Amino acid sequence: MGPRTLFDKIWDDHVVETLPDGTSILYIDRHLVHEVTSPQAFEGLRLAGRKLRHPEKTVAVVDHNVPTSDRTQPIEEADSRNQIETLERNVKEFGVPYFPLLSANQGIVHVVGPEQGISLPGMTIVCGDSHTSTHGALGSLAFGIGTSEVEHVMATQTILQRPAKNMRVTVDGTLGAGVSAKDIMLAIIGHIGTAGGTGHVIEFAGSAIRGLDMAGRMTLCNMAIEAGARAGMVAPDETTFEYVRGRPFAPKGEEFDKAVAYWKTLASDEGAHFDKEVTLRAEDISPSLTWGTSPETVLPITATVPNPADEADEAKRTQMQRMLDYMGLEAGQKIAGTPVDVVFIGSCTNSRIEDLRAAAQVAAGRKVAEGVRAMIVPGSGNVKRQAEEEGLDQIFLDAGFEWREAGCSMCLGMNPDRLTPGQRCASTSNRNFEGRQGPGGRTHLLSPAMAAAAAVTGCLTDVRELA
Amino acid sequence: MEKFTTLSAIAAALPEANIDTDKIIPARFLKTTQRTGLGKNAFDAMRYLPDGKENPDFVLNKEPWRKAEILITYDNLGCGSSREHAPWALLDFGIRCVIAPSFADIFFNNCFKNGILPIRLPREICDQLMADASMGSNARLTVDLPRQVIVRPDGQEVPFEIDPFRKHLLLEGLDDIGQTLQHETNIEGYENRENRDKPWMPSIHID
Repeated sequence: MGPRTLFDKIWDDHVVETLPDGTSILYIDRHLVHEVTSPQAFEGLRLAGRKLRHPEKTVAVVDHNVPTSDRTQPIEEADSRNQIETLERNVKEFGVPYFPLLSANQGIVHVVGPEQGISLPGMTIVCGDSHTSTHGALGSLAFGIGTSEVEHVMATQTILQRPAKNMRVTVDGTLGAGVSAKDIMLAIIGHIGTAGGTGHVIEFAGSAIRGLDMAGRMTLCNMAIEAGARAGMVAPDETTFEYVRGRPFAPKGEEFDKAVAYWKTLASDEGAHFDKEVTLRAEDISPSLTWGTSPETVLPITATVPNPADEADEAKRTQMQRMLDYMGLEAGQKIAGTPVDVVFIGSCTNSRIEDLRAAAQVAAGRKVAEGVRAMIVPGSGNVKRQAEEEGLDQIFLDAGFEWREAGCSMCLGMNPDRLTPGQRCASTSNRNFEGRQGPGGRTHLLSPAMAAAAAVTGCLTDVRELA
Repeated sequence: MEKFTTLSAIAAALPEANIDTDKIIPARFLKTTQRTGLGKNAFDAMRYLPDGKENPDFVLNKEPWRKAEILITYDNLGCGSSREHAPWALLDFGIRCVIAPSFADIFFNNCFKNGILPIRLPREICDQLMADASMGSNARLTVDLPRQVIVRPDGQEVPFEIDPFRKHLLLEGLDDIGQTLQHETNIEGYENRENRDKPWMPSIHID
C-alpha cells in the first residue's frame, strides 16, 4: 500500500465491504442524534419492526429547539415541545443513551460529543446535522447525513458511501493580533468559495493549524461544510491526546495508551496524494467578517463592501446586488462602523470555554452599547458551569450581556431566539443565509472577540482597536 | 419510496446559484415529526410576501409552473444544512427531478433516498433546458431514467450520468436498509475484528 492520507486511513479501516459498483458499506463507530432530524427515522424503524443495532454506540441530546431561558419553566412553543417530547419517548422505547434537558451535560451535540469523550480520534462519526464535521478536529472522519441515512445507521450501524477526494488546506506562519481560528476559516472559505470543497474531505495542516487549541480546530472543521466539503479533519497530535485524556467516556489507563498508539498511526504519510491543495499565509489573514448572505462573502474588517459593477458574470452581479439590498449595505461603504442591533455569541462554531474567554477579554470593564441586545449562549451546561467558576458570567453580566442556557439558539432560530426583520446581527455562528437567524434578519459572521467588540461599540469594529 | 422510471412533466427554471436548504425550507418549519406536509412552505421566503400572500412574481406561483415536477437551477443546489426536510418539501410540492450544473453532497444524497432524481448537466445545457421550461405547458421535458436521457420538446435528447447502484434503487423504489442487511454477516465480521483490534472503543451508557 502506498502513502495514504489521514482520510484514506480512517476510511480503509472502516470499510465493511465494497460493492461491485464501488459503493462501500462503511462502519460507523458513533452516531449522535438530536430532536429535529430523528423523529422520522425512529418512525421508520417502528413501521418496519426494526431496532437499533447498537444503542450503546449512539447518544441523543436535545439542542436545536430548546429555550435558552429558565429551564424549570415549561417549553412554550407547542411544536418545539412536541419534538423534544417525541425524542424523549423514542430514546426510552429504543434504549438510546440520552442527556436530558435538565442535565449539566446537555448542550449542542457538537460541543457535547468531544467534551464527553464520546467523539474520539480515528472514529467514524455521523449525525443528522451538517456541522458534524466539527468532530473531525479530533482526527476523526465525521460528517452530516440526512434522516433516511440516520435510520440506516440506526438499523445497520453502517452507511453506504463512496470515498471522498482528498484536499489539503495548509496555513503556515504566525497569526497576527486579534486573529483567531474563525478568521482563518472565513479567509479559507472566502478564498475557495462555498463549493470549493465539494466532493472532498479537507485536511487542515500547517504550523498555524498545529498551533491552534482544540476549540480552534473545532471552529475550523465545523465550517468545512460551509466550503462545501463533506468533512474537515486535523491529524491527531499531543494537543489532541491531552484534550481527550480524562474525558468522561474516553478510554482510561492502559486502554488509553493503546488508543494513543493507534491514533499516532493516523497522520497523513509523507508523499500521500491530495487531489487539491490550497496554501494560505497566516500573516495575510486579518480579523474578518462576512458582508453578504453566503459564507464566502468574506472581507477583512478594514475593507469596503464590494461593488457589483466590478463583477463580469451577470448572474453573479445580480446576486451581489440582491445581497446588498437584503443586507441594507451600499457598494463601496466601509464595513467597519456599520451599526448592529444584536450580538450573538454561541453556536457549535464558537460556544466553547475558549470562545467565551476571548469574548470576555474584550467585554471586561466595558459596557454593551445602548440599544444593542447582546447574548451569550454557552455550548453546553458544562461550558456554562466552567465559565461561572472562572467568573466570566460576571464579566458579561456587568457589561450588560445576557447570560443564557445552552443550545443552538439564534444560530438558526428554531427556539424563541430570533432576529426580527431588518435587524442586523454580529454573530459567531456559521451561516448568514437569508432568514437564517429569523425572517428578514441580517447576519454578519465573525469571531467571538469581534462579536464582543461589536457589542461594546454598537457597530462592526476592528477588535485590534480595543486592545 | 415511489419508483422513478419515466417522468414527462412541466419544468420550472430558478436561475440562481447556491440555493441553500434554508431557502428550500426555513428552519422554523422543521418542527414536524413527519415527512409530509412541508410542500406549502417550500421556498417560503421567495413564495410568500411578508403579509402571507403569494408573491405573484415567483415562478412556482405562476401557471403552469405551479404544477412543475422538474426544477432547474444553477450551481451548488442544496448547500448548507443537511436537513432532509428540503427534499421532503420539494417532493410534497410535487418535484420529482432536480437539474443543476452541481449539487451540494448531502442534498444530492438525500434526493435519491426520497425518489427524487438529481441530474448534473453543464451550465450551457441547463440554460437550454431553462429556455424550454420558460415556454410552459407547451414544452414538457421527458426524463427517461432507464435510457438516461432527457427528451426536449423538439425531440432532441440530452444524455445524463447516474451511478448504476442508485439508478437500480430508484427504478425499483428500494429501501436501502434492506439491501445493506443482506450483508449482515460481513457487518458482524467487521464488528468482531473491531472488538479485537480496538478494545478501548467505549460503549456509552447513561443512567
